[in-house]
Order: sequence, then structure tokens, then C-alpha cells
Amino acid sequence: MSYQAGKLDVAVIGAGHAGIEAGLAAARLGCNTAVFTINLDAVGNCPCNPSIGGTAKGHLVRELDALGGEMGKTADACTLQSRMLNRGKGPAVHALRAQIDRRRYAEIMKQKLETCPNLLLKQAEVTAIRRRGARWELETQLGAVYDCGAVVLATGTFLGGKIFVGEVSYDGGPDGMFPAKSLTASLLDLGISLRRFKTGTPARVLKRSLALEGLEVQRGDDPVTPFSFETETPPENTVVCWVSWTNSETKRVILENLHRSPLFGGKIEGVGPRYCPSIEDKVVRFSEKPRHQLFIEPCGANTEEMYLQGMSSSLPEDVQIAFYRTIPGLEHVELERSAYAIEYDCCDPLQLTAALEFRDLPGLYGAGQFNGSSGYEEAAAQGFVAGANAALKLLGREPLLLDRAGSYIGTLIDDLITKGVNDPYRMMTSRSEYRLVLRQDNADERLTPIGRRLGLISDRRWEKFQEKQRRKEEERERAERTVFPPTEALNAILEAKGTSPVVTGVRLSELLRRPQISYRDLAPVDPTRPDWPAEVFEAVEIALKYEGYIRRQEQDIAEARRLEQKKIPADTDYGKIENLRLEAREKLARVRPENIGQASRVSGVSPADISVLLIWLTAHGKEMQP
Amino acid sequence: MLFGGTMANTVCAISTANAPGGIGVIRISGPEAVSVADRVFEPISGESLSEAAGYTCRFGHVYDKAGARLDQCIATVFRAPKSFTGEDAVELSCHGGLYVLQTVLAAVLAAGAAPAGPGEFTRRAFLNGKMDLAEAESVMELVSASGREAANAARAGQDGALSRRIAEIRAQLTDCCAHLAAWADYPDDDVPQVDADFLQTRITEGKRALAALLRNFSVGKIYREGVRTVIAGRPNAGKSTLMNLLAGEDRSIVTEIPGTTRDVVEETVRFADIPLRLADTAGLRETDDAVERVGVAAAKRRIEAAQLVLAVFDGAQPLGPDDLRLLREIAETPAVLIVNKNDLPEALDPAPLYDSGKPVVSLSASSGAGLDALERAVKDVLGASHLDPAAGVLYTERQRRDAEAALAFLEEAEAALCAGLTLDAVTVSLEAAVSSLLELTGERVTDAVVDEVFSKFCVGK
Repeated sequence: MSYQAGKLDVAVIGAGHAGIEAGLAAARLGCNTAVFTINLDAVGNCPCNPSIGGTAKGHLVRELDALGGEMGKTADACTLQSRMLNRGKGPAVHALRAQIDRRRYAEIMKQKLETCPNLLLKQAEVTAIRRRGARWELETQLGAVYDCGAVVLATGTFLGGKIFVGEVSYDGGPDGMFPAKSLTASLLDLGISLRRFKTGTPARVLKRSLALEGLEVQRGDDPVTPFSFETETPPENTVVCWVSWTNSETKRVILENLHRSPLFGGKIEGVGPRYCPSIEDKVVRFSEKPRHQLFIEPCGANTEEMYLQGMSSSLPEDVQIAFYRTIPGLEHVELERSAYAIEYDCCDPLQLTAALEFRDLPGLYGAGQFNGSSGYEEAAAQGFVAGANAALKLLGREPLLLDRAGSYIGTLIDDLITKGVNDPYRMMTSRSEYRLVLRQDNADERLTPIGRRLGLISDRRWEKFQEKQRRKEEERERAERTVFPPTEALNAILEAKGTSPVVTGVRLSELLRRPQISYRDLAPVDPTRPDWPAEVFEAVEIALKYEGYIRRQEQDIAEARRLEQKKIPADTDYGKIENLRLEAREKLARVRPENIGQASRVSGVSPADISVLLIWLTAHGKEMQP
Repeated sequence: MLFGGTMANTVCAISTANAPGGIGVIRISGPEAVSVADRVFEPISGESLSEAAGYTCRFGHVYDKAGARLDQCIATVFRAPKSFTGEDAVELSCHGGLYVLQTVLAAVLAAGAAPAGPGEFTRRAFLNGKMDLAEAESVMELVSASGREAANAARAGQDGALSRRIAEIRAQLTDCCAHLAAWADYPDDDVPQVDADFLQTRITEGKRALAALLRNFSVGKIYREGVRTVIAGRPNAGKSTLMNLLAGEDRSIVTEIPGTTRDVVEETVRFADIPLRLADTAGLRETDDAVERVGVAAAKRRIEAAQLVLAVFDGAQPLGPDDLRLLREIAETPAVLIVNKNDLPEALDPAPLYDSGKPVVSLSASSGAGLDALERAVKDVLGASHLDPAAGVLYTERQRRDAEAALAFLEEAEAALCAGLTLDAVTVSLEAAVSSLLELTGERVTDAVVDEVFSKFCVGK
């Protein structure tokens, strides 16, 4: 028996990292929003690993925070240990990663949803989704029917979830949750093209069964850089992690039991992520490597569960116990939760627009693993964009479209909807062609004005942001204006840093352009330096040191944006453009790019095809903004 | 940058026929047209072109980057939308010598313009509403055809040798990028530290390979574009027989597709693998009977514009005043001196020919005896004998630009490495070099690096 449960503006299916940001963004923009989850204790669950951030992922968290998202603040509130990775490798690849207390993270997120005005958090399995004219209808397992203006699908690994441990497999969601088994059928009815992806996680082990003394210890930064631009008191490190290595014995055990792996036995049809291989995958594909590294990380402040980073597996439980016990420190390890692989349904993201809306199903949005990505951060970023767009559309406002020239979030979305995915998509710094401009330190400069226009940045935060921008400008001017005389003190500093001394007065800006010299080095000879936060000086120093590169990338960006502004009408019939090569016609018809810039990134489309397309559009009087 | 379709950049090309003529025009079109022209052109009046109104001219000189005067010329300024393309445009009317035009074009490219793609001026004109709908289809066909041609050019040219060569250079650099990407994106993984020496070695190798390709560019162009060849000699020396012999050597007489920058159809014969463009052969015969004053002037102009002169002398006759005059006229031009009719008793004293320092070949144009020697001499004179086209040759101005851009990015990477700048900056330069090389071969494989990371490195949690 079903019943009419009410009317919603935005319904979000799933309360993982994508669903949380989608729900919060929609509700905060003023839409009556509900977030549905199969298990209320799984809100913001971190079933894959107990950390947030990492290379490029840290960028995503900072960008999301700059727009008004929640992930960064919550991570700061439950950080156990934090490190800025890649410190010596340059500002483009600096990346923040934090070990977090995963129970605490889930608890904070749940409460944020519960206390958010306009938002209802509800435990219910959505079993069907149907079109009702311009609106959408959701039905839950208990028969509640909701009439919705827009729906965000953020189903993660729950949709059609299937667990694999060796020869054993069963329907199931992550961390022992129920899977969502019914929804897939109604998505297929809607004409959505679906596929199977898989991912996996290592075992969680009991801390007191480990022999940690003697293993290499990994500590956090001091002081810690927070994720959120709003966090005023940075978190402190309270735990350490440990490093160990596999050996030839580990390899032998794995290879001898490879036939019992569902992956090698062909039982798993889902495509796994290349960047996150299981240990058996690593042993087979990189057979020349004598050993592989693993990290032993705490899962929380109030638990003895430890996570074995780098050791995901879908081998049978007995084999897992055997190979884990070959590793130094793990000789007597007890598994609290076994490693498993999980296979799930997701969509082909070529069906989506840059607003993450299904092109042929207006009002239906996708986010996170459902869109073929992987990772908490990738999911959260998409959730925010999908949720905000669902709300903006209902409010009759302009959509939130982020381009690849302006953010990693835009790059992520553009890659998904233009190139499509063949395996779960992970963000990497090498995916952005504008790395020296899209840095984690300037995410606020790039995106907070957009968040402010959306209405998700408070007055207080906006003032603080503007103050920081003003200071950066002032300091930049001061650096150009300030001339240091060639004193012995200055030359002593320069020589100590291995760079040539000066014989005449020299501008502060000139000294900072030298790769060897930092603000910190010059402190003793720089008495007029204002007492401002370090981030101001860091920004000015990067702007000076990488000036030439930044200028060139900004020119590239300007060029790329001109192409993005040339819109292609949605009803363009590529089949009718005779001078377009057949391959280009097919590819363009499949991706249906929104503008010339996107069209030029579709694989199999040549520059000549783009020229032909431009001429055809003009010749047929299609509206094209210059 | 992404493709020729962007109208944001400023392009240039020789827009008169690629054949000798009284005047040759280089057209520059795009938002920066006037400032680009200002960089190479210095008017006598001292007023810069930026101050000039549309439809006005300035008389002055064109200079290259080093400040060397290249030619006298008249610059005509067009202001958008009142120009052929509808954009700001400058036309430099230079003297017609093709060599001069090429050097002026090179100077304009160096001043910041990009080479115009085939049909590009026409396409821009169309996009800016300078043509009506009826013309659109033909423009599209032209672009489509030339696009296909460009895409195939690298592969078709000398059996893909250039593509392969570029792919080799690129593979080395992509490998570096993948190392750097894995090292930056997987800081906790067991990825070996990227060694500055390793990078330096790869950069040096890449630079050397690109520099070698660029050095061969002018020779490569010989294979791609052919050589403007004049067969000269007094009547009855055997010019026509030589023509027939050359044509018979390879029956495939090719006809060039009329392009917008080169609207003339020429007959070309392939000799020693080199397309010899026997331009204006009718004119050649005509000069034989021309009034002497006019004839001399015309011959002089042709010889001045030629890249190769095949000077034919009648071996059965002593050298006459016409022959000696011809020797003087070709003194500055690459030429092969052919003593024809070697099947007849020799009456010619070859000493003055040898004294000219040019290669002398004895031939029977009617029997073909001596053709091998002529082939070797032609290659020698054109500097092509040391070039192995199978090793890869840059053919077009666009390819040269891309190779130069890649080389410049490698130099930038090297400078960053030497200065001790962080490796993210070095990576950006290396990737820019890779992307220039991808543009060169008409590919756009942006995921190349990411794919390489996962195939080469054992990374990931």
C-alpha cells in the first residue's frame, strides 16, 4: 500500500558525501529539501578509508569550502592528524590530507543535516522514481510517495551493491549496510544507460594484535593547515601512523591463491579503478617489484580499529589472514572487518550536462560514484554542484556552471561529461592543464565570489575574504615599492641561501623572485613588513616566483574561455552536417557538447571538424554568442 | 592554440600566387594585426600603423627581429569590419621575389602572428558575415578537405616518418611527465624521486632532436613544396628535350590543389624524389624569340625567383655570348650546368663552366645517358643529398612553428630546472612541449600522461 507523503522541492537519494552537500546546498538556497538514506547511521560514512584530502582531492575540498560547502569544516573538526603533502614540489601540487575520526565525522554531518532549516533527513530506501509531467515522483520501500520538483541521485556503492570476498559473494552495501536493489529498474525504465563499476577496501584490524614498535612512524605537520578558509583555530595532531612493507612471502601467498580471487576468476564484471589497485592487482601487474608499501592508520579516537592503507583485496578471508600475517608488525594480526570488493551500478556521465542534470530528463541530477567517479572529495564536489543546480533551476535562477579553467571541480565535471569514464574517475593534479593557477592556496580567490553570488557565503566571511584580498594587493605593492640597501646583513642571508649577493639597492619583489629566497629568510632585514597572516605572504610570494608561468596559463585560460562562450544549440542535428566526418558526427551526437570549447575536447573530433561545425552553425543562423 | 578555428589569434600568409610576380602581398588578419605589423614595418614618415586609419597606406621598410632590412614595402591598413576578413588587417605589398616574401613572412611570424591555415582568410570572412549563405557550403568543403589533408599530411608524407620521429621525441618527454605526475600525485607511494639529471638528460635529448628537425626544415620544404625550377639556355640547346626527359622519368605529373594562398596551378615533375615545379614553361619558350631588351629583363626576373636553374648548353657548339651571359645571370642562384648532346662530337670548351664553381653534368637529353649524374648534382645543389627523408622532415610552416614552440618550452623547462624553481613549474613547461608536439602531428591526446602513470607505476591505496 502506498500513500501520499507530501511535496518536496528537491529530493536527494543518498546521504554520503555527495548527498550531504547536495542536500545542504539545496536547502540553504531556500528549497524544501529531503535527504533519503538507507541507514541513518551511515550519514557521511567513510567506508573506504579514514582520511580526507590528498593530492588534487585536497584541492577539491578547499574549492568546495570556498563555494560554501561543508566537507572542509567537518574534516577540520575531527582531524586526528594532518599533513601538507608535496611541500618541496611546488605550490601547484601542495596537497592537504587529514586522517579523520570517521565516527565523529559522520556524527557531525548528521547533525548538520538535522539542524539545517528547510531540510529533512529521512531513513528510507527509495525503490522507484517516475516522471509525472514536469515533476518527479519517488516511492519508498514503506510505500511513501513524494511529489518532487527535482531529484539528485547520489546512490554511491549502494545501487545494486554486491560484495565479493573470495568465492563468497552476496548482495550488500558498504560496511554491512543493505543495498538498494529496486531503484535500478526504474532508472532503466527512464532510459538511463547504466554500467557496473567496482571498488574495494582493505581489512580493519585490531590495534593490540599489531607489533607497531620498530615500524617507521609518520607524524603530522606542526602547525596544521586547516581545510576550511573559515577555520580559525587549526586542529592539532593527536595520533601517528605507521609504515610497513610487504615481502616475497606476501607475494607467494597471494600468487598461490590467485585462482580464488573473484577478479581473476572473472566473477566480477565491474570495472575497478586503475589508481586504486588491490594488492593482488599490484603483485600481478608489477611483478618485478619485490615489495609494496602499506600505511597503518587509526580509524578514530575512540576505537582500536586500524586501517591498512594500500592493502585492499577481494581474496578469501583465509588467504587475507595468511598474507597480512607475512607483513612485519602484522605477524599476529586479527581482522575486525575483512577486506572486500564491492560492485555497483552507475551511469554513463556522457548523459549529463555541466549542471550535472540528465540532458534528456530535466530535473533529474546525478552526483558522486553514481556519475562514475570515485572518492569522497570528488563526490562531495559534484553533490554541491548538483544540489545547487537542482535548487537554482526551481528558483528560476542561472545555473552554477564551473569551467575547467577556473577550478578542479570544473575540470572533474568537464572530464566526466565530455570524455566519459571507463573506470572510476579519480582527480589528479595532472588532469588540470592550469595547475599553476588552480592552486589550493587560492581556491577562495577563485571561487568565493561565486559562492557569494549564490548566497552561500555569510557577510562575515565575505568581509574576511575581501580583507585578505586587499592585504594581498597591498603587500604586492609593498614588495614592488620596497628597496633593500645592499647591507652586509642582507648579503649574508643571500649567500647563506646559495644565491648571489647584491651591490646596489634591490626591490623586495626581485629578491622574492629568486627560487632560493622566501619571505621567512628576509624577515630580519624587512622592518616595514605588516603583521598579517602567513597566507597573505605565501600568496604574494607564489605570484612573484611563478609570474611568467601564471601569466601564460592565464592567457591560455582567456583563450579557452572564449571558446566556452560559443554556445552550440541543444537541438543541433549533427547528422545533417554533411562535411563533418562520420566519426565526429557520431561522437558529437553522443556527447552533445554545450559549447565549442567542450566540443573541441571530445575525443575523435579534429580541429577541422570544429571549423566545419562553426561554419555550419553560422550558416544556418544558429544563435551563437561571440 | 587549440585549433585554427579560434578567431582570437592573428594569422598571416602570403596571399598572392606562390609564383614569381611583380608584387607579392602578405596579409595579416586578426585583433593584433596592426601591432604585429608595427613590429616588423617601419614607415618612412615615422607614423606607426597603429595611428593609421582604415584604407590608408604607408610606405616604408620591413625588418627582421635582428634589425636587418628585408624589403621596401607598402603597408595598407584595414580596420574591422571593413576588410576582406572583417577583422583588423594589414597587407604588406612587397617586391615579388619569392625568397624575399618568405623572409618577410618569417619576420611576421616571429612578430607574433600564427600561420593561417588553408582557407582560413575565407573562413574568417565568412564567419564575420562577409559572404552570403550560398558561399558557405563551398567554404565548408574547402575547410573539410584541407582538414583531412592536414590530418593525413604527417602520415602520408614520406610514409609517416615525421610522425614517427615526433612520436619518439614525445614518448621521451611523456615519460618524464608521467614520472613527475606519479611523483607529485602519489607522494606517499613508493615512486622513485625524480632525478634532476634524468630530466636534464631527457630535455637535452629532446632539444637536440628538435633542433635537428628544425635545421632540416628548409630542405624538407623542398620535398613538400617542390622547387621552383627554370630550365634556361639558348634556343636549340635541348631544353624541351630535357623537359620531356624529366617528365618521362616519372609519368605522374601532379597538379597542386588550388589553395587560397596559392591560386596558381603548376605542373610538377618528380625528379630525384624532389618535385621540380617547372613554372611558366610556355613563357620560357616565348622568351627565346622575345625582343632582346624585354627578354633579358624577363629572364633575369625568372632566374632571380628560381630556386634551381638547369642551365643547358649545346655540347656540339662552342660557348657563345648568350651562354656566357646566362652563366653571369645564374651566378647567385643554385644551378646545375648541363652539357647536352654528349652523344655528338664535343665542340664546347667546358673550362668556363667549371670556373663557375657550379656542378657540370654531361648528358644526352635524347637518350637519357647521364641522368644519374644529373640526379646527384640536383640533390647536391639543393643541399638535399645529406637529408634522409625517411628520418622525418618538417614540411610546413605550421609544423615548423609547433616544433619551435616545443623547443622553446624545453628551453623554459631547462631554465626553470637550472634556476632551482620547483618541479611543478618544470612539469608545466614539459607538458606544454608535449602538447605542441601533439598539435604538430594533429593529435590531441590529453590523457596520454595519465594513462602512462597507471601503466608504469604501481601507485594507489
